[in-house]
Amino acid sequence: MGFVKTLAKNLKDRYHYSWVVLNELVKTDFKLRYQGSFLGIAWSVIKPLMLFGIMYMVFVRFLHFTDGTPQYPVVLLMGNCLWQFFAEATGTGLRSIVDRGDILRKIHFPNYVIVVSATCGALISLGINLVVILMFAILNGAQFTWRVLLLPFNLIELYIFALGCALLLSTIYVHFRDILHIWEVISQIIFYATPIIYPLSMVKNNYPIISKIMLLSPIAQTFQDARHNLVDPHNVQTIWNEVNNPLICLIPYALSVIFLILGVYVFRKHSRKFAEIM
Amino acid sequence: MTSSKSMVSMTNSSDTRDDSSLIGASSNSSRSPEVVLSVNHVGKYFQLPTEQASGLKQAFINWTKGIKGYKKQQVLNDITFDVHRGDFFGIVGRNGSGKSTLLKIISGIYVPDAGTVNVKGKLVPFIELGVGFNPELTGRENVFLNGALLGFTREEIEDMYDDIVDFAELDDFMDQKLKNYSSGMQVRLAFSVAIKAQGDVLVLDEVLAVGDEAFQQKCDDYFAEVKKDPNKTVILVTHSMDSVKKYCNRAILIKNGDVIVNGNTEEAANQYTLENLQVEKKETQLRKGEYADGLNSRCPLLKVKPLSSQICKSSDTFRFEVEYEFNEAEDFYLAIALHDLRRGGVAFDTGEKRLKYTEHGHRTVEFELPLNLFNNGDFRLVASLRTLSKKNTEITDMVAFTNDANSCAFAIRDSRNKDYALINDRVMQISQVGSPR
Repeated sequence: MGFVKTLAKNLKDRYHYSWVVLNELVKTDFKLRYQGSFLGIAWSVIKPLMLFGIMYMVFVRFLHFTDGTPQYPVVLLMGNCLWQFFAEATGTGLRSIVDRGDILRKIHFPNYVIVVSATCGALISLGINLVVILMFAILNGAQFTWRVLLLPFNLIELYIFALGCALLLSTIYVHFRDILHIWEVISQIIFYATPIIYPLSMVKNNYPIISKIMLLSPIAQTFQDARHNLVDPHNVQTIWNEVNNPLICLIPYALSVIFLILGVYVFRKHSRKFAEIM
Repeated sequence: MTSSKSMVSMTNSSDTRDDSSLIGASSNSSRSPEVVLSVNHVGKYFQLPTEQASGLKQAFINWTKGIKGYKKQQVLNDITFDVHRGDFFGIVGRNGSGKSTLLKIISGIYVPDAGTVNVKGKLVPFIELGVGFNPELTGRENVFLNGALLGFTREEIEDMYDDIVDFAELDDFMDQKLKNYSSGMQVRLAFSVAIKAQGDVLVLDEVLAVGDEAFQQKCDDYFAEVKKDPNKTVILVTHSMDSVKKYCNRAILIKNGDVIVNGNTEEAANQYTLENLQVEKKETQLRKGEYADGLNSRCPLLKVKPLSSQICKSSDTFRFEVEYEFNEAEDFYLAIALHDLRRGGVAFDTGEKRLKYTEHGHRTVEFELPLNLFNNGDFRLVASLRTLSKKNTEITDMVAFTNDANSCAFAIRDSRNKDYALINDRVMQISQVGSPR
């Protein structure tokens, strides 16, 4: 017990400052996000609702992108909102260090907090969006199972991967501004290489091998897992029921962790010099 | 315990060049010997890009060509000093001397390339006022955000909050957005956060002159109080020698990345004044056949050089020499003028035909100038070399004169003197005649 207590105290002392700064930065960013707008914070709910409405009309009603299952509209919306999280977390994360350069040049504080706060902003949006999706799912008559309890783990994995990417990208952006444009292109590639606006079964029917390879990416894997666990355990395929070898199934999970470790390593190695380079 | 620490600091410093002054200073500050900040042999260089390589393409091109793309600039060489608890410590130096870099290293913003910086307690840096201030937030929110960035928890800021608002005199405005503040109000708020922050060591960079006169007076009183407080430690970077002399009990002077005066406030301030008087030596070497301003082929050398210290008291006599080279057959004259740099104008002039010479070639003449007439001031001795005019022997023609670099500057600093008038009141007084009618 005593050991745990001292460990907790040490951790608290060590990360207390970071925690305080993180709190203030996230709070400030959130406050400022809808600053000056008429509806204020209500936008954080209204905006995803409206975007979902558009997506629903375009893809489900007009283009008939569907695998024929009744929950597909919710699956589509969920994929879209998870993607929005990833795109926002990596996009703002990439620019975060340079954007806060004026502070970094004048105060010394653990600067990874800046990247974490940027991704936390995206996480808050994701939370709000998930509430909206939940409402849609209920309206659509989704059957929830015990698997809903696994959803937080999928989200944690996605966050870990996004944070790893953001740390890596923000470090590169300090040195090479070109990465901003390169990343825009790469994220478009990832977007279309992931079953977000089209169902995985569509790929599977034509090219079974490719659908398996797609699931090796942490993005596709977490998206499918999250949809599987929350919305439709019967019809959404995950890597576990598509690939039989459990070792191969672990690849995307391992990739998430590897990206976080790599991101932390690269960021720590270069972060001490950020103030001088910018 | 504490005495052993001060011993350490003394042995540390004894292998630096300025050991004598530092040891003297450390033993002077006997009232609080605990070292709260120790800077040991800190060196820092920057890599200045010579090729613009902020893009992948340029970096690739540079890499293929084998261009490193930067050159090394040494900003700090070997900086060593200690700050003790309760010190009001000044860091002075000219622009580009490296003092801001030093301050950023102390604050942990930059990492030193050599040496170490040890801080005991909580160091609160103010490289700039109001870091992270956001115009869209209210005054209150900004104080909390700024405080958090400086490392204070919500509770700690709540404790300081009333003090801060009170000092800034902004009670009625704290729930207004910062963008609705006047610039003076913003600065006052930021400054109040800075000086009311309850850190052990406060680092301030050039931030003293803010607010109106009443606010200035308030800050003045506050600093006078801090100076007496044995637990508050302040490190102040400034150009204002008045504030250094008024507040600081110790100071260092930095020049080109080296500490040239360590410890004594008076000495640092005086030396700094002198540094400012001296004109930077032009780095570009004059080519053969070219002459500095004021010189020419008839008189290729004319220079005034100090022989005694350039920081003088009124009781001193300033000794200097004039070096010249003049090879024409005729007799010539030297004229020397004393320029008053602070008040402007010429304080004294020898006259054009007073100092007559017949010695040709490369020579040196020694002079002395009594200073008892003058109050404090910055002066420059300017010389010119003259020959009799061909048309009218009553007057002379100037052959050469000394430019700023060839002239000799000196300063009078005497605690008995005043700063305002040129002539001091010990040698001259206005006497009243009769009684008021």
